[in-house]
Amino acid sequence: MNLNSEIITGNVVIHVKEERLDAHNSAELKLEFQKLFASGSQNLLVDLKEVRFIDSSGLGALVSGFKNATTSHGSLRLASLQPQVKSMFELTRLHRVFEIYQTVAEALEK
Amino acid sequence: MEKRGIELDIKVPNQTRYLSLIGRIGEDIAREIDRYSGDRETLAYQINLVLTEAMSNAIKYGNPDNREETVHILINISDNELFIRIYDYGQGFDINEIPTPDFDALEDRGRGIFLIKALMDSVQYRKQADGNMLEMIKQLH
Repeated sequence: MNLNSEIITGNVVIHVKEERLDAHNSAELKLEFQKLFASGSQNLLVDLKEVRFIDSSGLGALVSGFKNATTSHGSLRLASLQPQVKSMFELTRLHRVFEIYQTVAEALEK
Repeated sequence: MEKRGIELDIKVPNQTRYLSLIGRIGEDIAREIDRYSGDRETLAYQINLVLTEAMSNAIKYGNPDNREETVHILINISDNELFIRIYDYGQGFDINEIPTPDFDALEDRGRGIFLIKALMDSVQYRKQADGNMLEMIKQLH
């Protein structure tokens, strides 16, 4: 899975450089979240700007990361969802679970 | 006489790396449907999604002793309907027994069949002489 991570004002910003988050690559993303929280990271911000497509296992990887965050007393927030991706969060009611921001910059201001 | 229907009979290796190929075929089909009056990009996403979910299930559960190395997908488009059939060789399950996800429970899994049912007009899963068939139908208007 192609990811770039950077630390900005105490947040680990993960830029997902994949067009699809599906059953082929979502396990890797789930593992990445586990590793980050296990190594002491607290606040993750996932930039989904380049993700055009997400399926149930992609959503599941983000839910898994969210639960890791809660256990670690940290956070996992999302930014830059494309409209069709956002509609999947709405259909599965996950938009009520995640803090979702229009852009990475907006999330970092909060 | 002009032939109006399209039928695609696809066999693809049962590996998740081919999900994107099948999803793209679904998107291209949505863009080819002449008479569809709804939002075409939404339809493209929906067909991509149901094909991806159904093929993932067939890879995960539908080939227990590696008796088949392919997933068989049949797509049929007429003026009014889109049919998708996906065949598997697993134990099968009762699709009506799959519960709607508990939206407050935050499970990692269990949303795939819910998404398929939410986006298609008719979804059936039937035992056949040799395995099972998931049939998904969407009305096109």
